[in-house]
Amino acid sequence: MLTKRIIPCLDIKNGRTVKGINFLDLIDAGDPVELAAAYAEQGADELVFLDISATEEKRKTLADLVLKVAEKLNIPFTVGGGISSIEDVDILLKNGADKVSINSSAVKNPQLINQLSAKFGSQCIVVAIDAKLIDGLWKVHLVGGKVPTDLDLFEWAKEVERRGGGEILFTSMDHDGTKNGFANEALARLSEELNIPIIASGGAGKVEHFQDTFIKGKADAALAASVFHFKEIEILELKQKLNNTGIPVRI
Amino acid sequence: MNIVIIDYGAGNIQSIKFALKRLGYDAILSDDPEIIKAADRVIFPGVGEAGSAMKMLKDKRLHELIPKLQQPVLGICLGMQLMCNYSEEGKTEGLGIFDTEVKKFNKDLKVPQIGWNTIKNLQTSLFQDVSENEYVYLVHSFYVAECEHEIAQTNYGVDYSCALHKENFYGVQFHPEKSSKAGEKILENFLKLELRS
Repeated sequence: MLTKRIIPCLDIKNGRTVKGINFLDLIDAGDPVELAAAYAEQGADELVFLDISATEEKRKTLADLVLKVAEKLNIPFTVGGGISSIEDVDILLKNGADKVSINSSAVKNPQLINQLSAKFGSQCIVVAIDAKLIDGLWKVHLVGGKVPTDLDLFEWAKEVERRGGGEILFTSMDHDGTKNGFANEALARLSEELNIPIIASGGAGKVEHFQDTFIKGKADAALAASVFHFKEIEILELKQKLNNTGIPVRI
Repeated sequence: MNIVIIDYGAGNIQSIKFALKRLGYDAILSDDPEIIKAADRVIFPGVGEAGSAMKMLKDKRLHELIPKLQQPVLGICLGMQLMCNYSEEGKTEGLGIFDTEVKKFNKDLKVPQIGWNTIKNLQTSLFQDVSENEYVYLVHSFYVAECEHEIAQTNYGVDYSCALHKENFYGVQFHPEKSSKAGEKILENFLKLELRS
């Protein structure tokens, strides 16, 4: 049986892992390669590396990092953050990334999804969507949630699928950082209206939140950062508890 | 040991190379028929679309070479699918090594299947010391219909062949290079296979 995936997300700045609450008060959290290997050892199903650095050398640093991670890691990983062209994706995949995640660049140029999936295959194109509930409607936001758009979450997600996106990584900005659980209603609607896997992100605080997002939210995978980084939830323990409640997970 | 990964422009070859390196083996990437023929082990990877991958093989005339190889050959993911007779993806003729067809998953399922699923009914020494119902990492939209060459089975809406074997040819639908310790064991088993002539 296909299992539900647990995905820790590592924020990367200038080639180092950083930890922080809502991108504030970032502290150095060590070597991404070592952290990645430790997560793999603890039972993570996949990893996401999100590059939040803004330097000009970003591309090269990220490509080098991907190579080092691929050398060490025996589980799949996705790389995201500022990816906007076929060339960007080409070098990351060549260096050993399994998937790339695109966000703002896809909204600005939706054709990019078609181009990337035609060239590299849908399976390695994750489209990340940040959205926020405004007057009862889920509106897509860009640039790490800073720039609102008129785009409706569900319409955009369906367009992403039509254009060849392989997975949707949906972050609810209303839930992100709250530790009060995932946006399960919106997630369930995405899962019902789309035919590609949905990754839930934003709001993980305790084990029950993962249970809820897999059952009520119908998510295929759940992503979290701080609860894993600050060891509030241990991955193995999380998976054992999920397994005890009948949710299929890899242990 | 001389391991060659067939380089025809399809797939995440770096990960396979690194996985072999973690096991202590260096592999060469090549599309040169002479180098491929001389290898002790051949790995035939593939990610992407069947029609265009088959075209790339034909452009390099590798479609004639691969079915004639004598050493152990391991097709991975699309590599295994291309070793079958026919694929619904791009309505593509395959290499005809495995007598079966590649079909699209049912529309009711989420496609691609992405993630960890189990393998069962394990046969041959490719799966030596690998437990029944072990988890492996899969990413695919098309599957190999059950057939006589099956040496592992997986279920996603339907039971399908997740690994195949015929003579010196092996194929796996999953990605051993991304399947944690079980995947490493399977790759190691492939490298240790003894050929019965």
